[in-house]
Order: sequence, then structure tokens, then C-alpha cells
Amino acid sequence: MSFLPYAVAAWLFLIGLYGIVSTRNLVCAILSLTVVQSATYVVLLAIGYTNGGQAPIFADIPQVTKTVDPVVQVLVLTDIVIEATVSAMLLALAVQAYKRFGSLDPQDLRALRD
Amino acid sequence: MSRTARLLMFGVGAAGLGVVLVYGLGGIPAFGHYQGVYGRVLDGIGVAQRHATDLVTGLNFDFRAFDTLGEEFILFASVLGIVLILREMRDEHERPRQEEADEHQFAGASSALRALALGLIPSMIALGVYIVVHGQITPGGGFQGGVILATGPLVAFLSGRYLRMKALAPHTIIELGDAAGAMGYALIGLGGLVFVGVFFKNFLPLGIPGHLLSAGQIDVASVAVGLEVSGAFLVGWSEFFDQAILVRPEGDR
Amino acid sequence: MTVLQIAALAAVALGGGAVVAAKDPLRQALVLSIYGLALTMLFFVFQAPDVALSEIVVSTVGLPVMLLLALRKIREHERARREEDR
Repeated sequence: MSFLPYAVAAWLFLIGLYGIVSTRNLVCAILSLTVVQSATYVVLLAIGYTNGGQAPIFADIPQVTKTVDPVVQVLVLTDIVIEATVSAMLLALAVQAYKRFGSLDPQDLRALRD
Repeated sequence: MSRTARLLMFGVGAAGLGVVLVYGLGGIPAFGHYQGVYGRVLDGIGVAQRHATDLVTGLNFDFRAFDTLGEEFILFASVLGIVLILREMRDEHERPRQEEADEHQFAGASSALRALALGLIPSMIALGVYIVVHGQITPGGGFQGGVILATGPLVAFLSGRYLRMKALAPHTIIELGDAAGAMGYALIGLGGLVFVGVFFKNFLPLGIPGHLLSAGQIDVASVAVGLEVSGAFLVGWSEFFDQAILVRPEGDR
Repeated sequence: MTVLQIAALAAVALGGGAVVAAKDPLRQALVLSIYGLALTMLFFVFQAPDVALSEIVVSTVGLPVMLLLALRKIREHERARREEDR
């Protein structure tokens, strides 16, 4: 049972990859990429968790309480906001690709080679 | 390569990747038995050294401020990328102002909706400023509060008129805000270099933990990052809005 | 592991599958917002309030706005192209 968070993370990673590979629409591929990213968040937070730990906010708890690891939370926190913007840039690329090639199907974007 | 062949190859690869993932993740200490030393040390000394009761924001903008500098400039660069990619191409043009002013008002935008928006916009901006400024005391900080700040002008758009959002957040001001936030954060690091000799070392007075003006550079860094994140999101949204509403291919009247 | 954590993990796993299973981008945008809420609950029960705050503002407002605008642009372009083909 204690392997469950890591199992969920591996499942999210693989199902997101499947979504990217099997889709016929570029926008669906970008959203499946979001699922892949969330797998890394789950892994990082699961690593930092301690049984019986509190949130690392010492505003109202004494200094010596056991808390979960704050360093992994820092990594995940900035990552969430940044990846939203990177996904937005990918969406802009998809919009321009549609304007250029008339289709959002990854197969049809072969025109780049000609 | 046909689609079925591609999916088959993916299936084989995914099976292998799944085995490696499970094997690798199985080697991590069991869930709940955290064994890192860095986190425990920071728990003990974080509040005493930096006078910040929210340890996560303290780490973000003080102990690991250099990482945040990198992340922030990723944000800046990707918004720059959006602006460049969605620039007006040679065969498009922006509709004249009068035409879209008459047209882009939602059919269902009643005065009740507009009154609600009138109440919501200052509340969103106030909530955003509160979360940005109280980053070092309670959960919050520049990143979260910045996105909330950006939704203020968005509510102006949702209440019916795109031009109102442009009036609340004109292009020049949001781009200036974005750039000023990024520059401000880098200047804080340089300030540490100039005044104390180490890049990003704290040089502002620390204050009392739990009060608003505590934790030295964390407050200022939070404001700079909040400005940058809200500017970045508003610039991104404005670019997409311009594309969806204003830009038309040539020859379309 | 508390019951809440197990429930949140199950919700996240189901949500991830639902996001990939939705075929239409518009439908996927809505499912993604709900998936973001499930992730927020998971971060909350893992004792990470800052991360939960970040995830909820991004997944309810930050990403869906750009997504819906991109979809609108594509749909309008499609309509204009179909009209000039006629």
C-alpha cells in the first residue's frame, strides 16, 4: 500500500505518453503533456512526505514539530506556474501550425519536409 | 509509418519503461519514511535564520533564490516566445477599432453581470495583493498571488467587453510590469552581491517573524515575482485575445 | 497512509485517464480543470498548501483561458476557410 503514490505516478506518466502518441489533434497532445508533468509532481511530493508530518508553516505551531520536506514543495510550486506558460507557448505554435497547414493532425504536418 | 505500427512500437517501449519505472521507484525509501537531511536541517534553522514563518516561500526566495531566478526567466522567455509566434503575419490585419467596439459585446451581458464584475474586480486585485505581500507569513507568495492579480482584468473581459479589459490592462503597462518584475528580481540578487558580497545573500533588515515587513529580501522578491507573473499571464492572454478577436486574414470583411 | 490520501490518489489516477480518454479538445479542457481540482486535493492532503494554492489558480484560470481562446481562433479560421472554399 505504501507503493501507491509511486504507482499512480508511473500510471500517469505512461497514460500521458499514450495520449501524446495516439492522438490525432495537436491540442489533445499538449493537454496529455500536462498529465505527464503532473506525474513528476506526485513523485516529488510523495518523496518528501513523513508520517505524522505537518505543513512547513511555522506561523502557529512551535518550532520543533515534525514537518514534511519543504525543498520538494519549492521545486513543484514554481514548476506548476512555469509549465502552464510553456504549454501556452505550445498552444501558440499549434495555432500558427493550423493557420499554415490547415489541419491539426500531426500526420499532416509533414509538409515541413517538402 | 502507419498508425497501428506506431502504437505497437509504443506499447513495447511503454512496457519496458513501465518495468524500469517500477523498479526505480521501488528503490526509494517507503512512503512516509522520509530520510533526507537537508529538509530536517532547514526545518530547524529556517525560521531562526531568516525570520520567515512560511518556510516554503523562504526557501523559494532566499535559500534557493538562484533556482527561482532561472525559473522566472523561463517564464519570461516563454511569454516572449508567445508574443513572437503570434505576431501579425504579412497576410493578416487587425480590424479597425470602431467595428469591433460595436461587435464584441456578449449578447447576454446584462447589467447584473456588469454589476457583479464591478464588485469582483477590486476584490480579486485586493486578494492578489494580499497573497503576494503575505508570502513569508502564510501560504502564498509571488507565483500564486501573481496569477490571482492577473484575473482582475480578465473579469472585465468576462463581463462583456473586450475593450474594457484593454482599458484596464493596456499592452504597454502589462509589458512594462512584466519586464520590471524580472529586472527587479535580478536587481535583488545584484544588491546582495554589491552590499554583502554574495549573489542573492540577504542585505535588508530581517524584522520580527510573523510581521508583515519581516524576512528581509523575501517580501521584495515576492512583490517582484508577483508583478512579473501577473504581467506575463496578462501578456499571454492579450496575445491570444488579439488573435481570437482582432486579427483577421486579409480579404475578410 | 490515511484514507483521504488513498481517495485523493485514486481520484487523480482516474482523472488522468479521463483527460487522455476525452477526444474532443473542448471536452478535454473541462476535464483538465476537474483534474486540476483533484490534484489540488492531493497536494492538500500531502501537507503542501503552497503547492495546492499554485495548482488551483493555474488549472482553473491560467491554462483554460488560453486553451479556449486558441480553440476559438482555430474554429473561426476553419469557418472562414470553409466559406471561401464554397
